[in-house]
Amino acid sequence: MPFLELNDIKKHFSTKSGGLFSSSNEIVKAVNGVSLSIEEGKILGLVGESGCGKSTLSRLIMQLLEPTHGSIVLEGQNLTNLNSSEVRSRRLDFQMIFQDPYASLNPRMTVWSTLSEAILTRKPQLNKEELKQNVVKLMEMVGLDKQYVRKYPHEFSGGQRQRIAIARALAPEPKLIIADEPVSALDVSIQSQILNLLKDLVNNLGLTMLFISHDLSVVRYIADRIAVMYYGKIVETGEAESLMENPQHQYTKELLESVPKVLSLV
Amino acid sequence: MRISLPTESELEKGSSLGRDAWARLRKNKLAMLSMCFIGLMLIICFIVAQLPFIDDPNEQNLENRFAPPSGDHIMGTDQLGRDLFSRILFGGQISMLVGFIATGVALLIGITYGAISGYAGGRTDAIMMRVVDTLYAIPFLVLVIVLKVVIAGPMEEQLKWMGRFANIVPLFFAIGALGWLTLARITRTQVMAIKEQEFVEAATSLGLSKMRILFRHIVPNTLGPAIVYATLTIPSFILFEASLSYLGVGIEAPNSSWGILIKEGADFLETQLYLLIIPGLFFSLTLFAFNFLGDGLRDALDVRASKD
Repeated sequence: MPFLELNDIKKHFSTKSGGLFSSSNEIVKAVNGVSLSIEEGKILGLVGESGCGKSTLSRLIMQLLEPTHGSIVLEGQNLTNLNSSEVRSRRLDFQMIFQDPYASLNPRMTVWSTLSEAILTRKPQLNKEELKQNVVKLMEMVGLDKQYVRKYPHEFSGGQRQRIAIARALAPEPKLIIADEPVSALDVSIQSQILNLLKDLVNNLGLTMLFISHDLSVVRYIADRIAVMYYGKIVETGEAESLMENPQHQYTKELLESVPKVLSLV
Repeated sequence: MRISLPTESELEKGSSLGRDAWARLRKNKLAMLSMCFIGLMLIICFIVAQLPFIDDPNEQNLENRFAPPSGDHIMGTDQLGRDLFSRILFGGQISMLVGFIATGVALLIGITYGAISGYAGGRTDAIMMRVVDTLYAIPFLVLVIVLKVVIAGPMEEQLKWMGRFANIVPLFFAIGALGWLTLARITRTQVMAIKEQEFVEAATSLGLSKMRILFRHIVPNTLGPAIVYATLTIPSFILFEASLSYLGVGIEAPNSSWGILIKEGADFLETQLYLLIIPGLFFSLTLFAFNFLGDGLRDALDVRASKD
C-alpha cells in the first residue's frame, strides 16, 4: 500500500468577471486529473513549469484547498471525506515547507515563539524546561545556532530562514513533508546546503517527501522517483535514473534539454 | 539524551520590528519634539493641576472679571473672574481624555470588527461591511448626540463614583463607539492581504484554531497602519469634542474643555483677545503635536523603509 495516494484529483477555479449587466464565468482547470502515489520513506520529485498547477496540488494535499474531484488517501485513510475537526487532528502528520522563507515566517515571532508553538501542537503537556530542550534539539537538527533563539526572522539570511521553516515543519513530528520549491528562492550556493539537509532529514527521521520544483537538476539530485506535470496533468512518472536517461514524453525531453549542459556534466 | 541549553549570556537578543520602528522614530526630530510636547501637556494637565497653588477652576470672583495676565493670574481671568490658567489645565484633562479614551474604544471595536470581517470573507464580510457603509451614511454629529443620551441615562448610577467626570464619560464612549468605522476598514484590508501569506498557511497546517491564527498571527501584523491612524484620530476626536461643546451638546457647565474655553473666548473677541488666543494656542499646538507624531509614526512603521 502506498503511503500517500492521489486518485484523479481535480481542482477547478471559477473566475467571475464582468460588470453590472453582463458577467462571464470562466473556469481555470489548475489541476486536472492527477493520480500519484508515494511509497513510505521515499522522495517523489514533482517537476513542471511555473503555472502548471504544482503549488495548487501541494495545497490540495495539505488540505488548505478542497479538491473539486478525486480522493487523497494517506496511510489508507481518505482525507477528502473528513470533516474540518477531523482534518485538524490529522494535520500534524503532514507539514509543508514553503517556497519563500521571507513570507512563510511570521515577522513578529521569534524563533522561540515559532518553534515552541509548533511543538506544542503535538505535545501540549510539555513544561517550560522540556519545551526548551525540544526547541534546541530542533535547531541543532536543522543546523541553526541555538544562541539565535530569541531573534526575529528579518535578522536572518534566506538560507537560515528556510532552516527555521524546516524546523517548524518538523516540530509536530510529521510523517509526510511537502516541500514546495524549497530552494528556488535561495542563492545557488545555499541551495545545495538546504537540499543536503532535507535529504539527510528524510533518511534519518524516516520521512516521506513530496519535493516540488521547476528545476529538473534539483529534483534529480534529491528524488527517488520523478513525476512530470504539464498543464494540470501528470505526463510521465518513473524512477529518477531511468526517467532522466530515457524520457518518454515530449515535454520531459524539452525539460531535459533545457537543463544547462554545464550542470549536467557535473 | 540531555541537550545542553544555552545560558542567558549566550543568547543573542533579537530586535523586533517594533524596536526597529522605535529606532527610526527616534531619529525624527519633529516627531520626538511632538512626543515630548504631548508628554509635557499630559504632565501639566494631570499632575500640575493637582498642586495646591493652582486655583479652583470653577471659583468665581465677580470683582476680578477680565483681569489681564498678571502675577496673581498668570493668564488672567475670564468673564466670571475664574482663573484662566487653571481652567485651561482642567479643560485640557477633558480634551486629552476624550482623545485617548475615545480612540481606545474605537481601536478596540475597529480592529476586532475589521479583523473578523476580513478573515471571514465572503458573505459575512459583505454583510459586515454594508453595516459599516450604512453607519458612514448617517451624520456623525446626530448619532453621537443620540447615543450620548441613550448611554447617559442608564449609566448615570454606575458612573457616580467618577465625580465630575460622570456626565462626560458617556460622551467619550459615544465618540469612540462611532469613530471605529475607518479603523475597521483599514484593518479589514490589511487582514485580507496578510491572510494570503504563507505563514498563515503554515499556521493553518499546524491545526491552530481560527481565533489563534487571527489574533496571534494576522492581527499583530496589521497594527502598524492602525496605530498611525489612531494617532491621527486623537486630535480629530479632540477637535470633534470642541465642536460639540461649541454647539452646546458636549461638556456641560461649569466643567470646561479647550473647546468650551475657545467658545467663551470668542464671545469677547473684540475686547479681551487673550481669552481666545491662550486656550487656542494650547489647543492648536497639541493638535499639531499629535499630527506630527502621527506622521513620524507612519514613516517609522513604513514597510518599505524597514529592513529588506
